[in-house]
Amino acid sequence: MDRVIEVKNLKTTLDNRVIHNGLNLTINRGDIYGLLGPSGCGKTTLLREMVMLEKIQSGEIEVLGQNLNYIKHNQAQKLRQEWGVLFQAGALFSSLTLKENISLPLVEYTDLSTKMIDEIVKFKINIVGLKPSDAHLYPSQISGGMNKKAALARSLAMDPKLLFLDEPTSGLDPISARDFDNLILKLRELFNLTIIMVTHDLESIYGTVDRMAIIDNQKIAYEGSLENIKSVESEFIQTFFEGRYE
Amino acid sequence: MKKDYLTVDSIDTKLSIKFFGEFNLYNISEYENRLDKIELTKIKTIILDFTELTFLDSAGAIFIDNLENEFLSKNIVVDTICDNSIVLDTLTLIKKEKDNEHKLSTKKEENGLIKVGQLAYSNYLGFLSFMAFMGEMFATKFHYLRSYKNIRFKEIAYELNGSMVKAFGIIALTSFLIGLVVAYQSAYQLKLYGANIFIVDMLGISILRELAPLITAIVMAGRIGSAFTAQIGAMKITQELDAMRTMGFDPYKFLVIPKIIALMIAMPILIFLADMMGILGGMVVANIDLGITTDLFLDRFNEVVAVKHFFIGILKGPFFAFLIACIAIYRGLMVKNDTQSIGINTTKSVVESIFAVIVCDAVFSIVFTNLGI
Repeated sequence: MDRVIEVKNLKTTLDNRVIHNGLNLTINRGDIYGLLGPSGCGKTTLLREMVMLEKIQSGEIEVLGQNLNYIKHNQAQKLRQEWGVLFQAGALFSSLTLKENISLPLVEYTDLSTKMIDEIVKFKINIVGLKPSDAHLYPSQISGGMNKKAALARSLAMDPKLLFLDEPTSGLDPISARDFDNLILKLRELFNLTIIMVTHDLESIYGTVDRMAIIDNQKIAYEGSLENIKSVESEFIQTFFEGRYE
Repeated sequence: MKKDYLTVDSIDTKLSIKFFGEFNLYNISEYENRLDKIELTKIKTIILDFTELTFLDSAGAIFIDNLENEFLSKNIVVDTICDNSIVLDTLTLIKKEKDNEHKLSTKKEENGLIKVGQLAYSNYLGFLSFMAFMGEMFATKFHYLRSYKNIRFKEIAYELNGSMVKAFGIIALTSFLIGLVVAYQSAYQLKLYGANIFIVDMLGISILRELAPLITAIVMAGRIGSAFTAQIGAMKITQELDAMRTMGFDPYKFLVIPKIIALMIAMPILIFLADMMGILGGMVVANIDLGITTDLFLDRFNEVVAVKHFFIGILKGPFFAFLIACIAIYRGLMVKNDTQSIGINTTKSVVESIFAVIVCDAVFSIVFTNLGI
């Protein structure tokens, strides 16, 4: 199997608190990979380390064959164009309209004509389920669900191979959240994406995730598919999945 | 008649406290005052009577529990009369929770010396991190300027509009008024000596050389410094800076350097405007108060004010601009993940940049005087 991300023996300390200690995980191509765990266990920190927002203190992370510890500036720039990141609050650029937000990477990184870029933006807006008329709105003018969709469209702008999602369904109503899950599944079909998501949403885990890692007590408490989860001895897992396996 | 109250009756060594109505957050302090006044020395037994109590909230229950413990510690027997199961449940719940609650860790009191030391050390670290910011910018980011393609003309133009064009009004007005005030104050003194015409020398040198650059820099520090800090700080909180980084857009290239360059271009132009308006203000006063006509003023100006004063004033512009922009952006990047730190950092940004501008001006003053310029 083809490995997309490999984390080896990761150790992280934030403000004298040990977050990860000897954390290992592997993510295969084409997976929808869930990162779970109690709050404060460092899921988002792990995600931030994978996308080079946090420095790796100890241990190794390899993304698409590049070791992030020794990566050169140019390779890092190239890598950044091969992934998309959806932040928890969307993080659309507030001074730009949705269309400008989505087209920004295309304008900066490619020499496509304006007409071509418009076509691509229109396609991306369509695929995430926004209306073309929304394209000229500013992020402050749209609802939370639209914000997430637009941010997803922006992260898909460069047709990435990897998609990082930080709590994609948090703050959405249950119907929008299920729509979002379906959207994620559809996107994987369409673009053959590998998706890594941090989530708390049980429905979303059962609906979309192929494999997952549960971080508890600074380590991976479980890594694998949903089927074997109930055999794991962990307080968090027992409480979290209790409702479904009785 | 009040619904909620308590009665205290004492018979020999027995004291009975009876609660009526509801006992909740709002009447605790009243009850506490009453119970504090009771003389306990002779009391051997206390009866807490809850039969008429209709409702007990958790604060009231904690109060009663504390009261019982206090009485027990004074060797007083406490009897409770209660037939309301809800009240009893509340009391037992509080007792149970109090037993297994952990002591809240109290903050350690530190003496003044430690605080001073910590303050000094954190200021030292702050200075180091500003130096690290400047170092990073010079060492790794200015290489963007080596290639013509990397200069973001659109962003620079946008910033120029914000920092220069929109500041014309306020800079013109402030410097006009400063010229007016300085001239008006000195006119009175000069009249005493009959040295009216020297107002031209005085105004020319002081405004061109010192006042116009300084006033412009201070207004810009307040206007642009705070704006830069708040904008970058807010972008940090909404994770827009993170989003830029993950997309491979270096915030330095897109936000920081265009802002610095735009302000460095804007400042000399604004100082030139301030020069003109300041002199104009002085000219108006000279005309009205000292009877120096505009022609005479300009003739004298041409004669006595060397052009070097003008150039020194303009030259200060880019330096002040660089300091203001760097401090403002650094402060913006220092914003942490809470809204309060935007306010703190904006204040710091303005104060520090005004301070830096004045220090820089003092350095210029010494250097130019020693060079004989």
